[in-house]
Amino acid sequence: MIHAYQLVVVLPYAAALVLAAIPGYRLGAIANVVASLATLAAGIWLVTGGYLTGDYAIVDEFNIVFIVINTLVGFTTALFSASYIGHEIETGRLQPPFLRFYHAMFQAMMGSMNLALVANNIGLMWVGLELATLITVVMVGLYRTPQSIEAAWKYFILASVGISLAFFGTILIYLAGQPALGEGVPAMTWSLLQAAASRMDPQVLDLAFIFLLIGYGTKVGLAPLHAWLPDAHAEGPTPISAVLSGLLLNVALYALLRFKMLIAGQPAALDPGPIMVVMGLVSLIFAAFMLYQRRDIKRLFAYSSIEHMGLIVFAFGMGGPLANFAGLLHMAMHSLTKSGIFFAVGHIAQAKGTQRIAEIKGLSVTHPRLAVAFALAVLAICGMPPFGVFTSEFLILTTTFAREPWLALLPAFGLLVGFGALLMRLQDTIFGEPVGPAHRVDASSVPMVLHLMLVFAAGIFLPPALVAWFQRAAELLG
Amino acid sequence: MNQAYDVSHLLAGAMLVTSFALLYQQRIGAVLNAFAVQSVTLALAVAWAAWSDNRPDLFITAFIALVLKGIVIPVALHRTVARLGIHREVEKVVGVGAALLVGLALTGLAQALVVKVASATSGHAREELALALSIVLMGFLMMIVRRNAVTQVVGFMSMENGLILAATGARGMPLVVEVSVAFSVLIALFVFAVFVFRIRERFDTVDIEALDRMRGDRR
Repeated sequence: MIHAYQLVVVLPYAAALVLAAIPGYRLGAIANVVASLATLAAGIWLVTGGYLTGDYAIVDEFNIVFIVINTLVGFTTALFSASYIGHEIETGRLQPPFLRFYHAMFQAMMGSMNLALVANNIGLMWVGLELATLITVVMVGLYRTPQSIEAAWKYFILASVGISLAFFGTILIYLAGQPALGEGVPAMTWSLLQAAASRMDPQVLDLAFIFLLIGYGTKVGLAPLHAWLPDAHAEGPTPISAVLSGLLLNVALYALLRFKMLIAGQPAALDPGPIMVVMGLVSLIFAAFMLYQRRDIKRLFAYSSIEHMGLIVFAFGMGGPLANFAGLLHMAMHSLTKSGIFFAVGHIAQAKGTQRIAEIKGLSVTHPRLAVAFALAVLAICGMPPFGVFTSEFLILTTTFAREPWLALLPAFGLLVGFGALLMRLQDTIFGEPVGPAHRVDASSVPMVLHLMLVFAAGIFLPPALVAWFQRAAELLG
Repeated sequence: MNQAYDVSHLLAGAMLVTSFALLYQQRIGAVLNAFAVQSVTLALAVAWAAWSDNRPDLFITAFIALVLKGIVIPVALHRTVARLGIHREVEKVVGVGAALLVGLALTGLAQALVVKVASATSGHAREELALALSIVLMGFLMMIVRRNAVTQVVGFMSMENGLILAATGARGMPLVVEVSVAFSVLIALFVFAVFVFRIRERFDTVDIEALDRMRGDRR
């Protein structure tokens, strides 16, 4: 009997093998979309398929949220990439053999992320995350320009150090679980570890959590461990920027939250909440100010991702059912909106032939429809109603205000600062005299519009079933 | 029983010594040799654990460490350095004396931290963990204080050696050791294939300083 959780992992890996064998890039792009659609179907089947806790796999309310977002954005990104990447061949930035490699790697990356999400084993989860990281490193260096190699090198070094520290933390968790659960696989199994958390040595858990926080925190992009993030987003292909911001950061966050749940099971261990609140706030406010100095449009939105990951980590750090709910919702909204923005940025970069903000002006004159979509997407990420990001940000701020009125001022301040920066940049790009070339855009606008509509719909009306589901997941988080 | 502990501590201690040796080498060739010695010592330590704890699967780990990290990678890096004709001297950010002092402090920190915190776990695992953490931190230090791409990679792989030692010390930890060795090999191959050659191709140097000029925002 095949279960859906096996499909979300096996399908992408199988597709990667097939795609590596398909020579033509057009056919490869189509196969990539089909494979991603099949994975999405498996992801949706997982929602209806019920929960399960096996030796190596776990499916509960909490990780299904991540898996569904992962497979959905994976599909829309494949769709976007299929129409986008042909242009890169025409402009000579990429050669067809590289695209074959690119498509195979895309599926392998999706498979690795899903593996990290369904794994009921802290070692297996680490393997999935490390694989996904390595693959994105290669993807970031795909264009082989000096800038992209520099970005990939920096990403490689920082991510490897982060992932190594996370591995050390994983060993420590095993050592903490060993006395209670015995040697071997059980002491690495999530569900068993969590049940036995109260019998673990609190000091070992403390030490382990510090390593895990620094290790996986690097991958989440928390300041001051964020240095790789803007470069990697700016220099890689745009579909990869969308996946990095929309998905990979989430998967790393998922790992961190699982360990937070584990530590919370041992009252004598340190409380991860305040640490996460501080790190989240530092990232949020730091990134908000950094937004003002950006000259590259993809870098701008990379910093905006740091800002939002900071806010999400802040929400989870506050803890409690309400803040966790808001954090989960914000994570989902940010994934959808930010990948949508990167799709729009891909269009803009194709239209103007540049990523430099100073050379992108007057979009409303040359590409009116694109300008409207981009403006709406940026307003959405700024947290303007009626988009879903507004709902989640409002929830985060109000729950914080209800509990710690003074503390709520800080995220509100950070969001306002970021809002100003993004609005200023938006004005520069949309209005004014058009400069430079204005090419026709070949890329499909379907994925971008789809994401915008989803975020819009979520802002207008959240289905009660969805709310109930997120609430259960939030309760699991404690 | 005690003898088994003594030998494993001896080997782990020897690895720590090679970590220090990595820091004070003046020539890249010597750095690579020191790394090879460290990897062979790691292979011995893992093999000893496999034999004394009766965990035959660890022999695979030891074998991989010996062949790939002890022989293949150092030889390949030697050839790369010769072929690329890069500077034979190690380019330093911080001098040898200062680096060694910091390394000493990190070792002390690791011992103090692990021995104090992990009092609940068995003594054997605890001391091995402390030594492994020192090696990890020393690899970290090496990545920070050395400028050249090749020496940074060696620093990273030495960090991996420390991690494998730690995983070996954690009794009965399943699969992960094998997987992590496979990963470090993958990473090393990947570094050769992708970076060292391309960096050379684009910049005529593997000096990381040259890369810093390519930051998008500084134009």
